[in-house]
Amino acid sequence: MIGGDAAAVEVRDVVVRYGETTAVDRVSLTLPRGRVLALLGHNGAGKTSLLQICEGFRRPDDGRARVLGLDPVGDHDELMPRLGIMLQSGGVYPWATAGEILRLFASFAAHPLDTDMLLDRLGLRRFERTRFRRLSGGEQQRLSLAVALVGRPELVFLDEPTAGMDTEARHTTWQLIEELRADGVSVLLTTHLLDEAERLADDVVIMRSGTVAATGTPAELTSAAAIDVLEVRADPGLDLTGLRPGRSVAEPAPGQYTISGGLDTAGLAEVLAWFAASGADVTAINTRRRTLEDVYLALTATQTPVGAAQ
Amino acid sequence: MSTFAPAPGRAPMRVVLSRQIRMELLLTARRGEAVVLAMGVPLLVLLGAGLFDVTNLPTDDRLGWVVPGVLALTVMSTAFTGQAITTGYERSYGVLKRLGASPLTRPGLLLAKTAAVLVQIAVQVLVLALVGLAVGWRPEAGALLPAIGVTALAAAGYSGLALLLASVLKPETTTGAATLIYVVMLSVGGIMFGAPDLGTAGWFLLPLAAHAQALRETLMHGGSVPLGIWLALGTWAVVWLTAAARTFKWE
Repeated sequence: MIGGDAAAVEVRDVVVRYGETTAVDRVSLTLPRGRVLALLGHNGAGKTSLLQICEGFRRPDDGRARVLGLDPVGDHDELMPRLGIMLQSGGVYPWATAGEILRLFASFAAHPLDTDMLLDRLGLRRFERTRFRRLSGGEQQRLSLAVALVGRPELVFLDEPTAGMDTEARHTTWQLIEELRADGVSVLLTTHLLDEAERLADDVVIMRSGTVAATGTPAELTSAAAIDVLEVRADPGLDLTGLRPGRSVAEPAPGQYTISGGLDTAGLAEVLAWFAASGADVTAINTRRRTLEDVYLALTATQTPVGAAQ
Repeated sequence: MSTFAPAPGRAPMRVVLSRQIRMELLLTARRGEAVVLAMGVPLLVLLGAGLFDVTNLPTDDRLGWVVPGVLALTVMSTAFTGQAITTGYERSYGVLKRLGASPLTRPGLLLAKTAAVLVQIAVQVLVLALVGLAVGWRPEAGALLPAIGVTALAAAGYSGLALLLASVLKPETTTGAATLIYVVMLSVGGIMFGAPDLGTAGWFLLPLAAHAQALRETLMHGGSVPLGIWLALGTWAVVWLTAAARTFKWE
């Protein structure tokens, strides 16, 4: 691996202030080499501000950031050829064509990717001679992604990479990011799309009001409560009293029972045994785990700080 | 298959810079109003005021008086007006920020921009001088060096003011202000008719008039550049470049 053993990104107690507003408040995170980290949060949660620190666009007001073991501000010129940066919007000459822009950035790199291949992969070939300002929002995003990748970087920063893209382009982008990871590129991306984080990220950092609300792998974040809900379809109108101790039980529709709480292996066995003992005819059972969305909504809806869900 | 296997690195700086300079020139050539400002207006003034008695000039050698003024005008239009407008918009589009965060680097971007402006000025001056010579302009070649020196100083001052405006104003306001200053300078800057005689103070107020006068002294008379003009253009360069360096914003 080029550049030694340092983590791709190492952020420690970083603070970013805009005047009176604290956009990022003592955030720490680590992106190991070759992994994908998703910064997840609402608009204004501090994701882009944190990215700006990593990209060397501004200095943190407190704390420190190291990118590939280097100082993003002090070692800017040394670092830039090794990074691929996709800004949230703009950053491109409006009067230049897609092909001209991509070839310009390719010419800056020592071993650029084939620009034709990138244009094809991102569905931009027919816009090669179209000026940037005539491209749609999603097409501009795809070109920005191509520009970020063309220099064969070892680390890419993607700020809301799929914003404004249609479903097809979004899936193409996801496949590309998965390919990057498979090829050993480290990826730090921001998103407010849960399925994007869940599908792509090795690690998720959920940000809320400038702080880290939770970190972990998608599995860790969603598995804290094991099986959350058990749904059972059986004869309607059973007397549920015997099932209640230690559990929350309901029959929202006739013959459909939802049970939550205490659903470890022994608990599951107990519940099913109870149905058998009642002489009920069980026709379907279904388990539901927490999704990242449940975790995210629980963490971001409350105003008081929530501890890390690890 | 490992299409995206990392292989980072910067192309040789010579390649990076030349590609960026090419892009800057290409985009300038593509913008109609920039071309009109850079070539159309100076040509019109050169041929109109140089060949016909449309204005009162303090001399009978109309071309000898008008051509140096037009050369000074074109330096101002490129180094000041064009650069202020372009830089203002590039900043608001995030282009400066994005290119600064590429292997080009910020110093590289500034270097490429300066080089692009100098190339433009060289081409414009060459074309205008050739047109002038074709219609009968007969300059003195003996004092070319001070003429070039004073032109470099003027270009530096204009660039500084352009970058300053582009940093402190919105791009639309920059465009308005830069165009207004261009028109005012064109009218009273001693290009089509004599500038108001304000003595040495005039050189400090009207750099265009100072530059034009210096070019006349050298190219028309083969003489030297008056000390007051060196001082005035030198002051402009130092003041505006310092102010620009202090206020310049990448985003």
